Amino acid sequence: MKVLVVDTATSAVQAAIVEVDGDELFLQAFRREIDPRGHVERLTPFIEACLAESGRGEVDAVVAGTGPGPYTGLRVGMVTAAAFADGAGVPVYGVCSLDGIGGNTLGRALVATDARRKEIYWAVYDSGAREGDPQVCKPAELPETGADYAIGEGAAMYADLLPVEAETTPVYPDLVKLAELAAPRIRSGAPSEHLTPLYLRRPDAKPVRA
Amino acid sequence: MSEPLVMGIETSCDETGVGIVRGHDLLADAIASSVEEQARFGGVVPEVASRAHLEAMVPTVQRALDEAGVALDDLDGIAVTAGPGLAGALMVGVAAAKAYSLATDVPLYGVNHLSAHIAVDTLENGPIPEPAIGLLVSGGHSTIMMVEDLAGKVTQLGASIDDAAGEAFDKVARLLGLPFPGGPHIDRHARDGDRAFVEFPRGLTAPKDMERHRYDFSFSGLKTAVARWIETQKAEGRDIPVDDVAAAFQEAVCDVLTRKAILAAKEHGVETLLLGGGVAANSRLRGLAEERAEKAGLILRYPRPKLCTDNGAMVAALGSHLVSAKVAPSQMTFPANSSMDVEVVSLADKLA
Ligand SMILES: [Zn+2]
Repeated sequence: MKVLVVDTATSAVQAAIVEVDGDELFLQAFRREIDPRGHVERLTPFIEACLAESGRGEVDAVVAGTGPGPYTGLRVGMVTAAAFADGAGVPVYGVCSLDGIGGNTLGRALVATDARRKEIYWAVYDSGAREGDPQVCKPAELPETGADYAIGEGAAMYADLLPVEAETTPVYPDLVKLAELAAPRIRSGAPSEHLTPLYLRRPDAKPVRA
Repeated sequence: MSEPLVMGIETSCDETGVGIVRGHDLLADAIASSVEEQARFGGVVPEVASRAHLEAMVPTVQRALDEAGVALDDLDGIAVTAGPGLAGALMVGVAAAKAYSLATDVPLYGVNHLSAHIAVDTLENGPIPEPAIGLLVSGGHSTIMMVEDLAGKVTQLGASIDDAAGEAFDKVARLLGLPFPGGPHIDRHARDGDRAFVEFPRGLTAPKDMERHRYDFSFSGLKTAVARWIETQKAEGRDIPVDDVAAAFQEAVCDVLTRKAILAAKEHGVETLLLGGGVAANSRLRGLAEERAEKAGLILRYPRPKLCTDNGAMVAALGSHLVSAKVAPSQMTFPANSSMDVEVVSLADKLA
């Protein structure tokens, strides 16, 4: 089955076509550009290029990273996924974007992405499985996580402030991993999902009257 | 091709609008609004609007298609507001429109929100005689536009140099203890008020201003004048006559808007004046414009109030006009442009 995967939860604008064949997944086409302000310009052309490159056959399902991530860019990816799926008449499934990084880790890993405002989105993974819901906080205010190392764009940015050793090369959500995590739903033809971003923060606004 | 079937997507502010038109016929006008949520904050909060757009986008498209009784594959074009507007809000609509276009192979048109406010009148009153002068007034814009060719040449003659007229309505409504959005409440109270109760200032109408800002507006001084007047009355222990203040304030806004729009039409030898934008639903603006247009020998056109506010129908109407005029579709790479120049009617040839 041919699956379109997009993720815009980090500064990487990403799209891929992944073939899900039984238990095996093959990356057929992939585009990525690190451009925190270019989501709306780049994403659909990337999808177009991936579709052209992957050749014949309609897309059977769409998978989108649902964050957490800086909202404006994240929303572009999610609405693109939802609208493409609706237009193509196929289901769309959401996967936590951090799982696209943490799902590939070994041991105890702290996955951290850039949340802007000097904060990180984070979650702890044990042998690739996430423990609890993603959180947001300042790097220096991270609670004790028992992680052996930190990985992700946020880990690379705030390596100095984190209580564990951080990989300095930024790592972005792996689209094949996102497809793999959605594969049970894709294979069983689960109903299409209403995608809601993992915002983790409230809008910055105060009601005028209580 | 018979009359083009076009879907329009609008997300420049707090309404998620999806309209479908065939030629000049409106088939569907689906709207999801976050205005109730925004009212809690006393104004439009961009992040609240953007969140609501994402939630509403696909369901609103589906609702419009159902209402029109058509399928995405039947469409001849998908038009979307590319600007001006709130950046994050625009991006949701632009991204969705691109994805729909790619998935369905229907040509995409990124269009200007202001030109769409003009184009919506075709749904009610048929083709627009060109040239025409457009007076667009809303919470986001107060603009006098020259429409030489709705498919290509639309220029701005003047605009507010500070607050939009609709913003002034909201702020004065708040001063008078009326709910958000203020426009309809001021309009209602003003009906029982005395327009000449106080002479509030008419911004940029002094001879010197008429040289430099002939077709421009300024409403922040008016808002301040109303605030000061209310303060003074309160300090002297008097009650505030809400109806009269509403009427006098509304008169000041409508007077200067219509006066300058009519002047622009006369000075450019244009015979048609169009009203658009949410404030064009204001009964006094319509009444005064009618009175003055008749006196000046101008034809005045405006659509029904529901089409004046932001909606998908207006975007679809402009899209339909562009398809009919055989304007080339936009490239997939066009951006959402929050401060988009009025002269860019369709992004097809300008920004891509
Ligand atoms: Zn508008």
